[in-house]
Amino acid sequence: MASLVGSRVERKEDKRFLTGKGRYTADINIANQTYAIFIRSPHARAKIKKIDTSKALKASGVVDILTGEHIAQDKIGGLIAGWAIRSEDGSEMKCPPNPPLAKDNVNFVGDPVAVVFAETLDEAKTAAELVKVDYKELKAVVSLADTMKSEAIHEGIEKNLCYDWLLGDRQKVKEAFDKADKIIKLDITNNRLIPNAMEPRACVVDYNTASEEITCYTTSQNPHLSRLIMSAFGGVTPENKLRVIAPDVGGGFGSKINLYNEEIVCSWASKKIERPIKWVAERTESFLTDTHGRDHITHAELAVTNDGKFLGFKNETTANLGAYARVFGTVTPTYLFGPCATGVYVMPAAYSNVKAVYTNTAPVDAYRGAGRPEATYTIERIVDKAAIELGMDPIEIRMKNFPTEFPFKQTLVHQVDSGDYVAGLEKAKQMSDYDGFAARRKDSESRGKLRGIGVTTYFEACGIAPSPVVMMLGCGVGLWESAEVRFNPTGQVTVYTGSHSHGQSHDTTFAQIAADELGVPFENIDVVHGDTDKGTFGMGTYGSRSLTVGGIAIINACKKIITKAKKVAAKMLEASEDEVEFKDGEFVVAKSNKKKTIGEVAFACYLPGVRDEVKSPLPEGEEPGLKESAFFDPANFSFPAGSHIAEVEINPETGEVKLDKYTAVDDFGTIVNPTIVEGQVHGGIAQGVGQALTENAEYNEDGQLITASYMDYTMPRADDFPEFQLGFTCTKATTNPLGVKGCGEAGSIAAPPTIMNAVINALDGQEISMPATAEKVWKACKELKKSNAKAA
Amino acid sequence: MKRVTLEVNGKKIDKEIPDHTILSVLLRDILNLTGTHIGCDTSQCGACVVHVDGKSIKSCTAFAADLSGSKITTIEGLAKNGKMHPMQEAFKKMHGLQCGFCTPGMVMSAIDLLKNNKNPSDSEIRDWLEGNICRCTGYQNIVAAVKEAASKM
Amino acid sequence: MKTFNYHSAKEVKEASKLASSNSAFLAGGMTTIPSMKLGLATYKDLIDIKGIKKLSGIKASGKTIKIGATTKHVEVAKSKEIKKAIPSLAALAEGIGDPQVRNRGTIGGSIANNDPAADYPSACIALNAIIHTNSRKIDAEKFFKGMFETSLKNGEIIEAIEFEIPQKSNYQKLPNPASRYAVVGVYVAKYKRGVNVAVTGAKSCVYNAKDLAGALSKNFSSSAINNVKITSSGMNSDIHASANYRANMVKTFAQKAVDAC
Repeated sequence: MASLVGSRVERKEDKRFLTGKGRYTADINIANQTYAIFIRSPHARAKIKKIDTSKALKASGVVDILTGEHIAQDKIGGLIAGWAIRSEDGSEMKCPPNPPLAKDNVNFVGDPVAVVFAETLDEAKTAAELVKVDYKELKAVVSLADTMKSEAIHEGIEKNLCYDWLLGDRQKVKEAFDKADKIIKLDITNNRLIPNAMEPRACVVDYNTASEEITCYTTSQNPHLSRLIMSAFGGVTPENKLRVIAPDVGGGFGSKINLYNEEIVCSWASKKIERPIKWVAERTESFLTDTHGRDHITHAELAVTNDGKFLGFKNETTANLGAYARVFGTVTPTYLFGPCATGVYVMPAAYSNVKAVYTNTAPVDAYRGAGRPEATYTIERIVDKAAIELGMDPIEIRMKNFPTEFPFKQTLVHQVDSGDYVAGLEKAKQMSDYDGFAARRKDSESRGKLRGIGVTTYFEACGIAPSPVVMMLGCGVGLWESAEVRFNPTGQVTVYTGSHSHGQSHDTTFAQIAADELGVPFENIDVVHGDTDKGTFGMGTYGSRSLTVGGIAIINACKKIITKAKKVAAKMLEASEDEVEFKDGEFVVAKSNKKKTIGEVAFACYLPGVRDEVKSPLPEGEEPGLKESAFFDPANFSFPAGSHIAEVEINPETGEVKLDKYTAVDDFGTIVNPTIVEGQVHGGIAQGVGQALTENAEYNEDGQLITASYMDYTMPRADDFPEFQLGFTCTKATTNPLGVKGCGEAGSIAAPPTIMNAVINALDGQEISMPATAEKVWKACKELKKSNAKAA
Repeated sequence: MKRVTLEVNGKKIDKEIPDHTILSVLLRDILNLTGTHIGCDTSQCGACVVHVDGKSIKSCTAFAADLSGSKITTIEGLAKNGKMHPMQEAFKKMHGLQCGFCTPGMVMSAIDLLKNNKNPSDSEIRDWLEGNICRCTGYQNIVAAVKEAASKM
Repeated sequence: MKTFNYHSAKEVKEASKLASSNSAFLAGGMTTIPSMKLGLATYKDLIDIKGIKKLSGIKASGKTIKIGATTKHVEVAKSKEIKKAIPSLAALAEGIGDPQVRNRGTIGGSIANNDPAADYPSACIALNAIIHTNSRKIDAEKFFKGMFETSLKNGEIIEAIEFEIPQKSNYQKLPNPASRYAVVGVYVAKYKRGVNVAVTGAKSCVYNAKDLAGALSKNFSSSAINNVKITSSGMNSDIHASANYRANMVKTFAQKAVDAC
């Protein structure tokens, strides 16, 4: 039987999505449901003086109105940061309380203060307008650069500083810098982004008065984690009385990792009002309250020799956490960022110092890539700047500093098990016709356009796990993953996973790997995920971990199935266990060529007897049935890497930037389904292009989000892209049996520096910040014209 | 309240609805055709695209009362006798979807494109899809799917 | 959304009669419906005029093209008569919004709304349009009064827009990357008696750039406006484009339009 791993199998999930039969949270209705509308702060920072609900409570159709007072009375806990980060001086990070409904203070526009439940959505909206909230407005802290000098937003958190974290050795870096021929300096910002999964957040909650169980359908990337937080920290109800279901979810990109205010409030309130509740965010609410991404200011320095060898690197960053610290909010700018900031290079000395601060803006958390795009942007931009200052080719300087042997002990944390950065960059160079760039530039110039080329080589640490490591670094939970594999008596298989697919295609890829392991047809395998009443437990999907952690748990459960089935088969075949070989779904005894299919063995496991005879196929002591589970905790992260090359063409008259060519060569180790992996790369690149060229979340000085709709926030569209050219190299991961590495975030990590290096190349090295919008580029073109005129 | 008579996916519908009922609300909440999705409030994302009398429109930006007498086709109405429309088949074959949320609107919009232009170029496809936002695919396999469908239709 | 009474009028008179200070006419609804959904506008009555037959259609004469108010963008974009007489007008319609907007949005709705960044108002100014209403004819120059403001009176309905066929014309726009409305849109039209240069997106209301038009009337080439100074005073400024950038783009896009004529 041909292996399914590596083949372009069409997706199992597509038919339902393509025929309108997908079932997303907003598609779910429960008889007798009420509709929730949240009343949100219109101010970025204010004290709540009084909330008057008396008029609204009398409005037509209103069932109840609840506020932060009710939350406090019922002792419902708030939202939490999942990682405890320590400052350089050893002190613990400082996190403010974040109640599900604000009682005393609001800290960003959109912070919820009350909720209306009514019989219809229109009635809920009308009543919400009648709730009077009396605020005392306070001066908002918005500008990231000035945050530490501003008044403290949260009581007891001086300078608005959550932590001042250091990774690396300042003294070693100083010594390295002392030896350098040249110090390259770079000041950059990593723009603030809004993830914008196309499905707005939603939840539908049902309280069963008989079983006293709450069922919460929600748009989550990790339903088990949401249940855990809601139960253990929110105190909504014990875990065994809480079922969280994340049905079809329309994209997440990190923004649906967090448990949000609305899910806690609706779950708690459903029990209180004894009615089902439906809440669906409008897009503007999503803009205001989904966790945002990135938002760093960085000063970086790279110490180099005159011939382009790197000696040391330092990175001083201020990271915006927004108003509150959320699940991955505190780790994204530290352990997901700092270690990767030295990139793919041999760097004798380095440190990353990050100050994470609170502002009166929406909470900032993981967004596709989480920390690694920021790291890659920093190092890949400064490496390019070094190439410019040293008069070297960007590929040459990179090649000169790549490690040549693996495992490679990366400067700050990671032991990179495998990779071949030279091969990747060589391939990208060829595929992109790097050497033909000069001619293409000439051609652009003949049409009055500027052309630039940009290169990036990245690596990243993903497949976020090894539990002992992440817990040592401050994670509040272990990041293993679980799986359960069940054979039905008639031979079909159901695979339960703790991972969650919101576009990643688990129904298909997980069935592919299970089919290979069990020798069962792909069609006979169903993957079940997203329901806390079904799978054992799960840590969910983020950080490109589904396959490298969750997928391996499935393989391990399958191996346990085979181990048991082999024992049973041996008895059925009247052979000893070591005479039986399992291959392509069959247990075969070589010497007699007797065989049993795995389906026959499964059947026998469930029907262990024969009529009129006492004869069981089960060896003594074996239980009936065929079902196994496994928890997998890998020994290390996985380390995908790659080289991307882009070309842009700029119209100097308008400043419009056209992305003309994009080549990506990635190393994801073993590839289970090339079509699906290519899709992940395309999507990642598109989000990276968005960050580089169009997207930017902007608050005004009062803390009002100006880009709160698609009229102002520039989502990339189909006509913003050329066709991407994709290539792959392969060095297998050594830390899992499949040899797989994560692929979901690569594009969004590599694309921003690739494109910005190209834009800056077109502008003759002139620095420009992301996003490279028309006006900014136009201004830079004018400067370029001036300086060229001067030089002439 | 207004009485509207419509044909939705070949079925006659005769309903009393509030005057302000948006077509997408009628489809999703009253007719339970939840394949039509709502991704924004400003008529930009295109997840809600349906056909009215054969032309693609955004169902979030039309009043149901205004469409009385029309024939409406939603994503649920494309497959015939259990066989998917060639555009649906092409999206599946070319992996033109990931999370599936924007997909119904994409498919409906793409079918309208092929009605107007039987053999569109890459750039014509990209231009046409200006009103449909996808956050997952980077559009590449959507463009490939539309081309694939064009070759089959 | 707040509820309202929906009326579908079959005659102009009927529609006009239904109008009050708390009503709106509904054509394509491309702006009206999103504004109502977002709670930015509420009405007691919405009077649908799409059922009024005489308001739709395209009529060409030797000198003008007359387009009914409820004619959809897609119809203008595809019209053979318009493509022949004023190809730039068909091209402008083809560039409005997206295909779904063009399938529903109407020319009358667009100009009655007078969005400062809409495309059609610039065509009206550049192409010496006359706005025919149920009570009078209004010169385009007098029709567009200010941001979202026109000279239409309560109950007055646009019936058609009549464009004068130019010798040459072209429309060029720099789209807002998010909304795809015009950051700056410049419509240049050359007539025997002179040139018009209408600018949208740049200020609070569409305007005829007299200085550019004057220079081009003397010498219809893009270099003729090289030295015309365009000040940024009165120009819009937002996150996508500063006033200074807009001022510069007005000239750049005027030159593009002239070159494309």
